[in-house]
Amino acid sequence: MINKNKKALSGALAAAEALRQIEPDVMSVYPITPQTAIIETYSQFKADGLVRTEMIQAESEHSAISACVGASAAGARTATASSSQGIALMHEILYIASGMRLPILMAVSARALSSPLNIHGDHSDVMGSRDAGWLQIFAENPQEAYDNTIVAMKLAERVNLPIMSIMDGFNTSHCIENVEILDDEKVKKFLGEYKPEKSLLDWENPVTFGPLALQDSFFEFKIDQEKAMEEAKNEFLKVAKEYKKISGKNIGFFEEYENKRAETSLVLMGSAVGTAKDAVDELRLQGVKVGLIKINLFRPFPQEELAKALKKCKEIIVLDRAQSIGTNPPLFMEVVNSVRELKGRKKISSYVYGLGGRDLFKKKIKNLLEGKVKEKYLV
Amino acid sequence: MNEELTKHLVPGHTSCAGCGIPAIVRAVLGESKDPVVVANATGCAEVTTTIYPYTAWNVPYIHNAFENAAATISGVEKAYEALKKQGKVKDKINFVVFSGDGGTFDIGLQSLSGALERGHHFLYVCYDNGGYMNTGNQRSSATPFGAFTETTPNGKESFGKMEKRKNIMEIVKAHGVEYLAQANVAFMEDLKKKARRALETKGPSFLLVFQPCTANWKFPTSQYVEVGKLATETNFWPLYEIKDGKYIVNWATEKPKPVEEFLKTQGRFKHLFSEKNKPVIEKIQEEVDKEWKKLVNIAEI
Amino acid sequence: MEKGAVIKHDIRKAPKTGDWRNMHPIVDKEKCIGCGTCVKFCPEAVISLKNKKAMIDYYFCKGCGVCAQVCPVKAILMEKE
Repeated sequence: MINKNKKALSGALAAAEALRQIEPDVMSVYPITPQTAIIETYSQFKADGLVRTEMIQAESEHSAISACVGASAAGARTATASSSQGIALMHEILYIASGMRLPILMAVSARALSSPLNIHGDHSDVMGSRDAGWLQIFAENPQEAYDNTIVAMKLAERVNLPIMSIMDGFNTSHCIENVEILDDEKVKKFLGEYKPEKSLLDWENPVTFGPLALQDSFFEFKIDQEKAMEEAKNEFLKVAKEYKKISGKNIGFFEEYENKRAETSLVLMGSAVGTAKDAVDELRLQGVKVGLIKINLFRPFPQEELAKALKKCKEIIVLDRAQSIGTNPPLFMEVVNSVRELKGRKKISSYVYGLGGRDLFKKKIKNLLEGKVKEKYLV
Repeated sequence: MNEELTKHLVPGHTSCAGCGIPAIVRAVLGESKDPVVVANATGCAEVTTTIYPYTAWNVPYIHNAFENAAATISGVEKAYEALKKQGKVKDKINFVVFSGDGGTFDIGLQSLSGALERGHHFLYVCYDNGGYMNTGNQRSSATPFGAFTETTPNGKESFGKMEKRKNIMEIVKAHGVEYLAQANVAFMEDLKKKARRALETKGPSFLLVFQPCTANWKFPTSQYVEVGKLATETNFWPLYEIKDGKYIVNWATEKPKPVEEFLKTQGRFKHLFSEKNKPVIEKIQEEVDKEWKKLVNIAEI
Repeated sequence: MEKGAVIKHDIRKAPKTGDWRNMHPIVDKEKCIGCGTCVKFCPEAVISLKNKKAMIDYYFCKGCGVCAQVCPVKAILMEKE
């Protein structure tokens, strides 16, 4: 029997609700639009005695994530939230958190990076950290923001790597939809207790975190880290399977929508998927053989699995909500890389949409799928 | 090795021969009756004691990055609070940060300020050797006026560092810290006493410890205690405490030695002993006298 | 390789810093008054007091000469290796 409550929640509130049920031991936070609603809601939970979390209202994101590293190394279940400039400011510590194999959860409300200043949604902030060694999961809507955040905490602790649970800033974080919430007890049982292998508070078995590794040892540590990230792919499926038992939700590496026997496949992530699904529905009714693949797990990237899903189609259109200035955008590069060993040449095109919160309309997507759009930027 | 003294920090670290930092670490940690967790900023102490595969630390230890030792210990301390409330940790644990002047005065100032303001229970020990010594003597805001460093060298148009030293004690005091003190590794018993008082303080406490650097201040390896002593005997480095806002001077003399006696022991001030740079020494003496007078006026000896 | 490069203290992995020195301290036990000044200032903490006399563990001694310099009765002399 799966008990669920339905609540009308924005993405940020859904993530906060997930965090409340996760009840981290320590949350070290710093506000930045559009994730602020997450930490404000959580602070209210704390003030009302609904959670026992020790909160650190840090004086910058850099210090927030640094405190998370300290807390996680001390054996606490640790979480934070950030966006845009905040994630960029945390950048050097993100690598450190991953290198130390600390299972820190970051709820992200993805937002554009300055300059010029923009507070609205796009993926440039999380794309900027894609090499840091953090797992990255994307949500399409508030429901997924809720589910992903819970799955993320368990996955991080299972593989000892930090993780970002990402939703689009404003489009998802501030838009209210119906969200099915699980029972507190079910979530707590699903997560279990965090039992770290090594901890700073185990003073009878002292350990040193963060040594200096010279030319003779650094390389091997990085290889270890990469192997852990590769293994995380399998662990992701296992954790998703366990989550299905309590929620009925099917979370895979990606979701295929009308993709069987599609001649053109659209690949994208985030909130635009909702609009894209409508576009695909309408075109299918007209007999146009189009399909859609929504990427959930971006890091580690499911290369082989995606290649398999794209094997039959003739054309792939990749929509990126970020740039990689000087070369092709990130998701496009991942897709091209994934299909590189498939037989037969496919037409793969790259489009950039939604930068700085620019809306992407159904009509545009339909035109795109019908081959009517030549311009790379979907302004 | 000395069994008693090497319970926390064990030899086999690669600090320079004649470096005062290990003595500071031992003196401070030795005063803790309870187990300690140490956070260390990138710098001499960290780099010389944790070269893989060897760590000289026999206590739980974390090195995060250069500027965030205070933020890191904030996280550790809060984790301790959380886990203690859940009954997972039962003992009393002390939290100590060791950071050089670089990671405290400059790049680390923000995270220190945040941790002090939030009132975490920890002791922050800054070993002040007047510059970024681990990377080869670049200036920091703790470098004394007139000193040679690789980024403030003396030359035709410069006499060394031309800016005054940042007063970190006043900055820390402004955060309402209950106990902070200026100490000197050469005055070991005074340092130990201050460490003990700091560790007994609830909430944040701060120690600024003078640490002569044999390699970069350019004096023989056997001299760190002698140079340190002269710093205090010339009033260049007064020893004092600020407890609940009250200043207490720990060491004073009727006849302080002229600051030249301290300056001439180190190669980094050698260029000041030319005719052209004589006014700089005079300025240094003036500043030392002024600061001493200010301190004495506000304090109870 | 240790996961996350999190390492434990193991004295067997310590570099023999005694190999660094080109001078080493010798304690004149007759002169030594057992005050412990050298003990507390030695950077490596390789000096102990045994029967109220300073005793040096040469495995880690870097030969810096601080002990010789701080001894109030000049009971320690530095000799070439």
